[in-house]
Amino acid sequence: MFMFEKAVTGSRRYWIWVGVLLAVIGSASLFYLHQLSYGLGVTGMSRNVSWGLYIGQFTFMVGVAASAVMVVLPYYLHNHKEFSRMTILGEFLAIAAVTMCMLFIFVDMGQPMRVLNVMLYPHPTSLMFWDMISLSGYLALNATITFVTLRAERQGLHAPRWIKPIILLSIPWAISIHTVTAFLYSGLPGRFFWRTAIMAPRFLASAFAAGPALLILLCLLLRKLTGLDVGKKALSGLAVIVTYAMIINVFFMLMELFTSMYSHVPELKEDFQNLYLGTLGATSLLPWGRVSATLMVVALGLLIVPATRRNEKTLAVAAVIVFLSLWMDKGICLVVAGFIPSPLGEVTRYVPTLPEIMISIGVWAIGALMVTIFYKITLSVREGTENWVEEHEAVPAVK
Amino acid sequence: MKITRKEFLGISGACLLALSGKKVLAVLDGADQGEPEQTAANPARKRWGMLIDTKKCAKDQGCTRCLQACDRAHNIPSIANPAHEIKWIWEQPFADLFSSYQTEYLGSARKQQPTPVMCNHCDDPSCVRVCPTGATWKREEDGLVMMDWHRCIGCRYCMAACPYGSRSFNWEDPRPHIAALNAEYPTRTKGVVEKCTFCSERLAKGQMPSCVEACPEKALVFGDLNDSQSEIRTLLASQYTLRRKPELGTGPNIYYVA
Amino acid sequence: MRDRGAIYTGLVIFLGLITFPVWHNISSGATSKGPEPVLPAGPKQCVAPLNYMRASHMHMLMDWRNTVVRQDVHSFQALNGKTYEMNLTGTCLTGCHTNKADFCDRCHNYAGVSVYCWDCHVDPKLAARSSK
Repeated sequence: MFMFEKAVTGSRRYWIWVGVLLAVIGSASLFYLHQLSYGLGVTGMSRNVSWGLYIGQFTFMVGVAASAVMVVLPYYLHNHKEFSRMTILGEFLAIAAVTMCMLFIFVDMGQPMRVLNVMLYPHPTSLMFWDMISLSGYLALNATITFVTLRAERQGLHAPRWIKPIILLSIPWAISIHTVTAFLYSGLPGRFFWRTAIMAPRFLASAFAAGPALLILLCLLLRKLTGLDVGKKALSGLAVIVTYAMIINVFFMLMELFTSMYSHVPELKEDFQNLYLGTLGATSLLPWGRVSATLMVVALGLLIVPATRRNEKTLAVAAVIVFLSLWMDKGICLVVAGFIPSPLGEVTRYVPTLPEIMISIGVWAIGALMVTIFYKITLSVREGTENWVEEHEAVPAVK
Repeated sequence: MKITRKEFLGISGACLLALSGKKVLAVLDGADQGEPEQTAANPARKRWGMLIDTKKCAKDQGCTRCLQACDRAHNIPSIANPAHEIKWIWEQPFADLFSSYQTEYLGSARKQQPTPVMCNHCDDPSCVRVCPTGATWKREEDGLVMMDWHRCIGCRYCMAACPYGSRSFNWEDPRPHIAALNAEYPTRTKGVVEKCTFCSERLAKGQMPSCVEACPEKALVFGDLNDSQSEIRTLLASQYTLRRKPELGTGPNIYYVA
Repeated sequence: MRDRGAIYTGLVIFLGLITFPVWHNISSGATSKGPEPVLPAGPKQCVAPLNYMRASHMHMLMDWRNTVVRQDVHSFQALNGKTYEMNLTGTCLTGCHTNKADFCDRCHNYAGVSVYCWDCHVDPKLAARSSK
């Protein structure tokens, strides 16, 4: 029913890749077992910096998950036919990303066996409760959408009409998952680096740059490895989206920089000093902040200039740089910088430990494995129904 | 009776929805499982608060009696690695507590003077607002911000939310780091957040918190802020006191006489 | 039947695995004797009837836990009219079941139940040892 049988037949290269991923996941599991038995003290987190790599990666991946909306919205809402072969790839990426989010939260919990307490004792005043609702809902939405549309494609039929409202629901829902995640940070009274109304818009802007950038890379990879082509127009459409999103993202960051640095208010200045100027003491964040900012500027240059954006090779380079710079910014800098200095003025160094890094890589490997399997299924379905797709769309667009 | 697979799945889904709807209605009803509005304790609402007179505290240099009393009473582990330390009440240089107040020209002895710090048991605690499971909550009848170590999932959202750094997380098993186990109070386990509880177990027996009792200078005054005749209210009326970061709206209930 | 060899080998391995509990118990000399918890020497009256405690002491302890922690109620009226303080260490272990290893652990180990209560709640014997 779920067409998983298509994922267990493949070329040698496919199986080697799956094998590598499984090996990585296996070794990461051993590290996680060690963390379970000793406690979260195996990580580099501390009393002052109580969230680190895990929550940073979660924050970044929620953005990637939300970015599916950037392919769904133009195609289903505005009939942008060029995205027809790409929407399902974006939705599958969203499923893998949301799963990674949930896994990152799970590995970060001190008492993971009690995770169901969030559902058994719901507290709607807590943004984590709403995060659980929105992430679970988004996962369910995308799982339904991909399953129904792909099955329809395989059978050579239009998807049933009832899937249309569900797809349209996923659009505001995608916005909501990242907004809720931003609210986790922006509603806290004591953390001045996060307590800004522009946190949610910043999150969305960086999400809509990083996610589509990853999708561009995945599509280029798919074409190179398997011949599955989403089309030049789809890729160039995505590139334009990444460009605008990156412009808005950098603009928002400059807005934040102005308010903090011009106002001279110490609590506002401190974290930007930490990330970009290094005047707060050795916190290990300075290289990450500086490299991230530099890469963002380089990426902007490559994206804004039409020649480099239209050339697929330079576009790939730009996409990698966009993804890396935003991964550093959201996945590492944002969360850790919020804790430094501590409420009592202490500057604490945070360096992730080997177990922490290995477990994070393990979660990334699980996401990569999911994407691999989903794309393999899609590829097999597409190969079987190539001609049909050329003549029809999988789902009739909204009038 | 012939039933198609689609119909069967539809009926099962509807049943599941109805059953879960029951739970949702219970939540919307406001019936917070396990937390009735009335408690069996004193029906007249108290509001526990503490006054710390730093001038009295300064008299006995190097005194840590309040810290030791709390550590002993509550099985607080003594962990060498400062990243993993557990602190319910601890001493911090005076200037660190009130960094936004003008302390630039204050003498360095006064600036560095060790001052007791603990959970402020705020009127509007942000930690309570963010806890997803209700493992920390504000007790209605006396204003204590409580901890339930059975329910805490160790997400550390409360630690991020606390503007005062009052909370500690058990990064490892605390038991090996406890010198002398006190059987009268449980330890905690790895993976949960803990903080000062204003000695709720002692208050239940009508006793004062351990730190208050242990202070030889009577520098810690604990009392009901709702009772206008209490000692703490009298002291608060007669002198100007400071609270940590009151502009954040949390309403801390620890007052410092500077 | 072409794969006769593989099938028979697989069957033998499967049978061996599925009868593991039987021959492991025989070889390790485990008898059918049940756990023998040592009843407290002095007090003969528990906070609740024996059959109830046997079947549901865990439920009672959870009730106690919620009542003490979340409702700040500390005293419990037993069916026999006596009042007890709801305190695992203070009432149960200190008052009656002073030897946790001989009472609580015997049944728990036999049944393979690992309770995490003892991660936090202190066995008075442990406390006495550590303060020496």
